[in-house]
Amino acid sequence: MRVALFLTCVNDTLYPDTGRAVVKLLTRLGVEVDFPMGQTCCGQAHYNTGYRHEAEPLARNFSEVFGGYEAIVTPSGSCGAMVRELYPRMGERARAEGRGDTLARTLAPVVPRTYELTEFLVDVVGVTDVGAYYPHTVTYHPTCHGLRSLGLGDRPRRLLEAVGGLELRELPGAEECCGFGGTFAVKNSDVSAAMGADKVRNAASTGADVLCAADNSCLMHIGGTMTRLRVGMRPVHIAEILASTEEEPLA
Amino acid sequence: MSGTFVGMPAFPKAAHEAVRDTTLRGNLRHATHTIRAKRAKAVAEVSDWAELREAGRRIKDHTLRHLDRYLVQLEESVTAAGGTVHWAADADEANRIVADLVRATGETEVVKVKSMATQEIGLNEALRAEGVHAYETDLAELIVQLGDDRPSHILVPAIHRNRGEIRDIFRSEMGEWGRPAPEGLTDTPAELAEAARLHLREKFLRAKVGVSGANFMVAETGTLVVVESEGNGRMCLTLPETLISVVGIEKIVPTWRDLEVFLQTLPRSSTAERMNPYTSTWTGTADGDGPRTFHLVLLDNGRTDTLADEVGRQALRCIRCSACLNVCPVYERAGGHAYGSVYPGPIGAILSPQLRGTQSEIDASLPYASSLCGACYEVCPVAIDIPEVLVHLRERVAQGGVVTQRGAKVMLKPAKGHTAERAAMRAARWALGSPGALRAGQRIASRSRRFHPRTLPGPGRAWSASRDLPPVPAEPFRDWWQRTHGGQGTGK
Amino acid sequence: MSSRDLILARVRRALADVPADDTPYERAVPRPYATEHGDRTAEQTVDLLAENLADYRALVHRCTTGELPGTLARLLAGRGAGSVLVPPGLPGAWLAEADGVEHVPDAAGSTAHELDRVDSVVTGCAVAIAETGTIVLDGSPDQGRRRITLVPDHHVCVVRVPEQVVSSVPQALPRLDPARPLTWISGPSATSDIELDRVEGVHGPRTLEVVLVSGADEGK
Repeated sequence: MRVALFLTCVNDTLYPDTGRAVVKLLTRLGVEVDFPMGQTCCGQAHYNTGYRHEAEPLARNFSEVFGGYEAIVTPSGSCGAMVRELYPRMGERARAEGRGDTLARTLAPVVPRTYELTEFLVDVVGVTDVGAYYPHTVTYHPTCHGLRSLGLGDRPRRLLEAVGGLELRELPGAEECCGFGGTFAVKNSDVSAAMGADKVRNAASTGADVLCAADNSCLMHIGGTMTRLRVGMRPVHIAEILASTEEEPLA
Repeated sequence: MSGTFVGMPAFPKAAHEAVRDTTLRGNLRHATHTIRAKRAKAVAEVSDWAELREAGRRIKDHTLRHLDRYLVQLEESVTAAGGTVHWAADADEANRIVADLVRATGETEVVKVKSMATQEIGLNEALRAEGVHAYETDLAELIVQLGDDRPSHILVPAIHRNRGEIRDIFRSEMGEWGRPAPEGLTDTPAELAEAARLHLREKFLRAKVGVSGANFMVAETGTLVVVESEGNGRMCLTLPETLISVVGIEKIVPTWRDLEVFLQTLPRSSTAERMNPYTSTWTGTADGDGPRTFHLVLLDNGRTDTLADEVGRQALRCIRCSACLNVCPVYERAGGHAYGSVYPGPIGAILSPQLRGTQSEIDASLPYASSLCGACYEVCPVAIDIPEVLVHLRERVAQGGVVTQRGAKVMLKPAKGHTAERAAMRAARWALGSPGALRAGQRIASRSRRFHPRTLPGPGRAWSASRDLPPVPAEPFRDWWQRTHGGQGTGK
Repeated sequence: MSSRDLILARVRRALADVPADDTPYERAVPRPYATEHGDRTAEQTVDLLAENLADYRALVHRCTTGELPGTLARLLAGRGAGSVLVPPGLPGAWLAEADGVEHVPDAAGSTAHELDRVDSVVTGCAVAIAETGTIVLDGSPDQGRRRITLVPDHHVCVVRVPEQVVSSVPQALPRLDPARPLTWISGPSATSDIELDRVEGVHGPRTLEVVLVSGADEGK
């Protein structure tokens, strides 16, 4: 199976290790991965900040770049949700504005073919034991868009539970938002920081070495709060844990 | 603390103070976490919750799309049952109608059932200007009124107060308004409830005029419904000779049967009970039982403007349960006052800027008072997609556009203070619009990475005041891919 | 233009974008939700009612029709009631044994202050809902006007089981006449206004006793 990796602009620029981990993991599972070089950004930040019209060219570009693939895999719950949940809405809004069906038709093909990584592993590849080894105590934070927009459910947890050497610790208040929220983190920085601090305190209370999530945007906020609060934990993307093996430990 | 919301600062400014108030944070955390777990349990008891939620959504949507028809039907039914229907286009008109009705009775005091609509229009203040005392009788409203405070929650307006603070307010203020607090009043909730019982009882027993809102109005029968817990609602609805109910036009349901949905979803969503202690329904007036005169004031006050917005109109489905407040991480930390409206929390963030418009600083800031985590949408018993409406209103604030105000379509300019953001968004779109530009930016960042601080000056401080920045990697992913898989990828 | 016409015109303008739709209401809102939750016998439904009433701090008693006068007399005496409000159509036999207690009729002219001096009230009910632990009063002669079950601090409500008991809210509504003033009661008055935690006992009767009376006089 040949799939396209939609890494997201944030991961491409700031978290290349996550991208390399996804390539390593999928390749190990026999999935042929391509990284279309024309990819940039899904437009989520624009859309969610109130600049839907600025997001439209980015969405069209996404559709053009990824339209030819059977499956598009992304290691980001929120960017996955942007395509799956909000691209159809962008099409509807354009129609309501009297601009016809063009945008809806352009975006339609990529919507059902876009998968968040853990969803792709469990639902499409059909594995929960990916042969990973990661000898650390880990607590898992389900990010909001993965949890509520995409409905990832217990998929990430099932994948983590199958990892050799990994001890999973329950995160108190797991389903509460970490406070990142894109531009919210800057526009309402006091509330965002308070939410982040509570998330980090809950994470620290588990005694785990690692806080794992399936979205680096949230991890950037949580990790930045962890170092500031001098909590001896590190944020790790789930792809890096799943890519890690006894022979080739990662992270 | 003053009892009005006029001139509220923007949300982030108000929240800045609130997150540092450790008592407030503790009170809100305790209360919202208590109710969250209970709500989840009460909802889990009902196997068909999803179907009830969907039916509630559809009933409300259907009603809204035929609202003119149902309003006329309701007017006919209420009139036929002996009530008098009044129509108020805005707050001033509603207040004037109520004041005139009270004056006509010759009374100078009214007892009130907790009502969001009368809070919204500032009825108590308007009545006071006419020499009429309005006594709030819901326990939390009483705490707010005695404390000259503002409500901070839809269901529990005094949620920001803990038991100790409530005891202090009762001790110092009750005597000013009537029967003083009992000697040696402690802060146990049962004693506080008893103090409220004694204080209000004399007011109930002598009241000649009651003022209420309503949770539902049934178009086919003309029935109004008030859902409550304490019995203050029953007192106000049955003991006075005159009852005046001020109700938003969106509170209609078409049929009696529709209550079977909402009387299951509302109590479980609000107080996390299978059923609230008391629900009163009345249809016009009844011979010898309850008020002899009944007036219904139907309130627009921005609701038809909200109805005109095809994305925003879903906010009118709201049944004021407050489940979205209780589950909201932003509400929990910022508190209700930061929202600058009688409607706080997620629903307030989409309702206030629609009812009042987005021109004021506070209303323009409300759509951003959310991390878009979606917990509010998940618990909403009528499936209002609050994040969708928030983003839609952000668009209105940032970009302007055509909106309806007081029934007329107007072209709205972008709100102040968004010029730089708009320019940045355009620039970002340009930079992200082509892989070449993105790559150029990434390379500049990578080459200068050793000089990047972990904290930022200027506007970036909003991030780095509480969080370190991630280090920029030596090489962006796409360069690694090009290097290792070069030629393999479709270099579109 | 009157405000009525103004508001109706605004509504119509606001809905200009909505395509016309004449689907009859019954079809516009499908109702795939349950008419009751779970599968119970009539007897189990009564048990559930008792359980849910008690869960919200109502005091629940069970007896037969023959035992009812004795039960009511005992409840009033146990409370130390000196007077009891009697709805006009309360079956005479019910309070036949409560002879030490002053019977106060529900008179149209009685003021709220007068009602406030009465200790207890005894009524029947229109219907009871098991799943929610609710009794509904509709002002029938055995229940009286709404105020008599509100002002006294002690309410004793008699429910004839199983015939007055339904499982659920959807089953209760068709049994009720919306033209009558209704009071749905689920436990004694309560509040969640202090720290969102429930406390019983505010303005309504602080003690609610529910007597579930079954027709057959078993064991007699």
